[in-house]
Amino acid sequence: MAAKNGKTAKAAPEFPEVPVDYRTVDRVSGPLLFVREIDNAAYGEIVEITLPSGERRQGQVLDSRKGLAIVQVFGPTMGMSVEQTSVKFLGEVATLAVSNELLGRVFNGLGEPRDGGPRIVSSTRLEIVGNAMNPYSREEPSEFIQTGISTIDVNNTLVRGQKLPLFSGAGLPHNQVAAQIVRQAKLRNSSEGFAVVFGAMGITSEEANFFLKEFETTGALERTVAFLNLSSDPSMERVVTPRMALTAAEYLAYEEDLHVLVVLTDMTSYCEALREVSAARDEVPGRRGYPGYLYTDLATIYERAGKIHGRKGSITQLPILTMPADDVTHPIPDLTGYITEGQVYLSRDLQRKGIYPPIDVLPSLSRLMGQGIGKDRTREDHRGVSDQLFAAYATGKDQRALSAIVGEEALGPIDRLALKAADRYEREFVTQRPDEDRTIDESLRIAWDILSDFPDAELKRIRPEFLQQYRAHPPAAGL
Amino acid sequence: MAGVVGRVSGPVVIAEGLDESRMYDVVRVGTLGLVGEIIRLVGGTATVQVYEDTTGLRPGDPVENTGAALSVELGPGLLTSIYDGVQRPLDAIQKNVGDFITRGTVAPPLDETKRWEFTATAKTGAEVGPGTILGTVQETSLILHKILVPPGIRGTLRQLASGTYTIREPIGSATSGTGSTPLFLAHRWVVRIPRPVAQKLPPDIPLVTGQRVIDSFFPVAKGGTACIPGPFGSGKTVCQQQLAKWADSDIVVYVGCGERGNEMTEVLATFPNLVDPKSKKPLMERTVLIANTSNMPVAAREASVYTGITIAEYYRDMGYDVALMADSTSRWAEAMREISGRLEEMPGEEGYPAYLGRRVAEFYERAGRVVALSPDGRRGSVTVVGAVSPPGGDTSEPVSQNTLRVARVFWALDAALASRRHFPSINWLQSYSLYVPDLAAWYRKELSGEFITLRQRALEILQKEAELQEIVQLVGVDALPEREKATLDVARMLREDYLQQSAYDAVDTYSSIQKQLRMLRAILAFGDREQEAIEKGATVQQLQRLPVRTKLSRMKWVPEAELGAQFDQIELEVSGAVAAVISAGAA
Repeated sequence: MAAKNGKTAKAAPEFPEVPVDYRTVDRVSGPLLFVREIDNAAYGEIVEITLPSGERRQGQVLDSRKGLAIVQVFGPTMGMSVEQTSVKFLGEVATLAVSNELLGRVFNGLGEPRDGGPRIVSSTRLEIVGNAMNPYSREEPSEFIQTGISTIDVNNTLVRGQKLPLFSGAGLPHNQVAAQIVRQAKLRNSSEGFAVVFGAMGITSEEANFFLKEFETTGALERTVAFLNLSSDPSMERVVTPRMALTAAEYLAYEEDLHVLVVLTDMTSYCEALREVSAARDEVPGRRGYPGYLYTDLATIYERAGKIHGRKGSITQLPILTMPADDVTHPIPDLTGYITEGQVYLSRDLQRKGIYPPIDVLPSLSRLMGQGIGKDRTREDHRGVSDQLFAAYATGKDQRALSAIVGEEALGPIDRLALKAADRYEREFVTQRPDEDRTIDESLRIAWDILSDFPDAELKRIRPEFLQQYRAHPPAAGL
Repeated sequence: MAGVVGRVSGPVVIAEGLDESRMYDVVRVGTLGLVGEIIRLVGGTATVQVYEDTTGLRPGDPVENTGAALSVELGPGLLTSIYDGVQRPLDAIQKNVGDFITRGTVAPPLDETKRWEFTATAKTGAEVGPGTILGTVQETSLILHKILVPPGIRGTLRQLASGTYTIREPIGSATSGTGSTPLFLAHRWVVRIPRPVAQKLPPDIPLVTGQRVIDSFFPVAKGGTACIPGPFGSGKTVCQQQLAKWADSDIVVYVGCGERGNEMTEVLATFPNLVDPKSKKPLMERTVLIANTSNMPVAAREASVYTGITIAEYYRDMGYDVALMADSTSRWAEAMREISGRLEEMPGEEGYPAYLGRRVAEFYERAGRVVALSPDGRRGSVTVVGAVSPPGGDTSEPVSQNTLRVARVFWALDAALASRRHFPSINWLQSYSLYVPDLAAWYRKELSGEFITLRQRALEILQKEAELQEIVQLVGVDALPEREKATLDVARMLREDYLQQSAYDAVDTYSSIQKQLRMLRAILAFGDREQEAIEKGATVQQLQRLPVRTKLSRMKWVPEAELGAQFDQIELEVSGAVAAVISAGAA
């Protein structure tokens, strides 16, 4: 294991054998604890804090100087006192015990059992802050995952090893869409083992139950590991939760050879917890009070998706984030978009029209689509059809705005066609039932039916030979 | 010289007891020997930015000063390599420690055991100085590596002989009054200092990229600077990769600075299978990759652009044209900001350090077409193309603004174009190239006198379209006179049939400038004939229905080999078809 992974071989710093109890807390400020007169603490070291009441909490060293350590407490600092709080430096960085018994279990945000079951006993403990994957070891993700949702499969194709977030907003059905993807996602002609890792940060117990129930009804529960930090749980735990989830995912993917789908929700709560810590440390804030290192920090989460040469498993990430006020330029979606390989964008306009799933394809994107589609993967005409749908829908939406001002009669004949295509696209292609699992061929068939309204000269993105082969019917009359 | 750690805060470590240290000395921190660089000195207390994760470091751990500044090793073996931001070879690291980069890992940047076939071209007894070519090594089947006398060395050449050498064996020596200096196939250079040149030359040769919107509308010169700002998803990375693939430079240095790991994988997976249109050799053979992905340590990200440009300058000094792609300079700037924040420096705009503008300008200034330091006066160039990732796509932010001040080509990526899959999504109204006047003479001589005129006319039509669109928004297209509908029609052809170019299509991904000229001429010729026909009473709708329109819209798929014949045919058909419309109307 150590030799194979290289991760456990990470030389641990030397720690004193017996941890000393310090009662030298000199300041408590927000989630931070300042401990003085200590032997030098290691950066990132885990500490155990005992409150005057006898209650115990965990924390981590954020800044270490001679004789002073600044400790971030996972949990509320309520009830802590300067005189009577004792702090024990545990001599290790945060780790997670891993084994194949993780599957089917529910943990809290710090990796402790939440389902009443026993702790995971294993000789393998992985550091939750993983080393960066060597870019040279990465394998190019190229296996098409059929989600059964037309707008994703045709226009924003998901591939194994990709990180594709759902950009959503309050009140939009991102949970339903995510659950549908988890339920339907499959590789064509493949029966390899899979697992779901679910990391929840600051979501309500209702939402958490929705997901667990979903997994249960589809029989995925025994293939699922859940790390739940609910909105009522300490917000500081959230900083650790996604890393716990990804450490479990890496173990399952690279040691147990499983294809892991990681759902992380809600990344916005995670970033807010990070901002809370940063503010308590009096750091110079970047945009909107979020720390300047938010990009780097998010990257250490998202970049843990991927595939490795010579290993069977893979990690595909499906993070969910709710954009504050639906603002995509807000730092959280903005920085996420710069790291992830595309995004699936849920639209309030489509939702208001009663369209499910309300995926707006125009701002959505899958960067790894090129590798996953085409001949031998999906179908040879896939790229052209997708590009043509984008172009037709974009033009159609422009014409819709225009016709609201000048009337439909003032539009040119081709523009009228585009307008009709946009309507058909939303009604027939985007719209599907939450339990409707379309194959890629079925999705492409609907696409061709819509595009065939146009004459050949307007279908510039599609190669002539595919037009001949796949055109569903002659162009609409009058052209 | 040894000191101890006094404080650890993320990538910043304060070390005590490092007397007589100099700024930017490289130090090794802790028992693992993590690599770092001194960025501030107060007495014997040094602030160090550490290029690796500092978890587990504690006050009291040892710190050792190597006494040398951060440098890269330059010699045969650079091409086809993939390095991290401080020139550690990622392939060797994978062999040593596995798929995850563990800390304190060291590996020599160039293979120390590989024997290279060296052919001496300089003569023993000759006077040599910085930049003199001593001989050559066939580094890859594409590139002949010229072994140079390193800057700073001068003397009489002794014992230079052809043969097989490793980079650690001397190939000869240079003797001068001060003694004898051995010469090797490789030498080191400090990354933060530009390599010296004899003279900078005006940029009057274009870097031909095979991308229509770039070569025709907004060309960049060899030795020029260009920037690509755009929000996420607007196609920066695809643009950069297209340039790396198809630009007619001899060498490509691709710096993945704080970007996605899978993108570097894509480059690694596709480049060996792509062939250079000129030499028919794999593109990887002329490429050096620097990959410091977003999850790799932030301080090494800061160093990565310097590592990249130093390697670029080295090949320039051999007389090659080098293109450096930096994706993305915003991540580099953010690395500066992060370090600056940890140092508790007084921030400038948006938390960026006050020296951001200076650093950006210094970096772009290392581009240029130059006469190398050498008696033979050979010429080489470094073209720098920097991607910028402005938050929310708003280019009023400091990194974009500081870059626009120094880069002479601006390719403005447009999210609205990207969302309708108009790629490359370079906005033709906002972008500019200040090199057009310098390059006009070249286009006239190498391509055709009419190209610059056609280009200008096309841009005017697109500008006119934007004005007409404003009217259409109010009154609808039907209210326009046919003459102006025809202008909209031609503008649409320019946009869809010319400017749009698919990076994923085997033929369309690269257009020679000859093909660009023919395409542009065909569209504008159609436009001229269309106006003529309309004068004589035809309607735009009639002209849109002509079968030749389908041919025009499929021009991009005409293979380079069939260029002449096919385009002659298209132009002929255009004249014929429009003439038929006119005569039918007259009848």
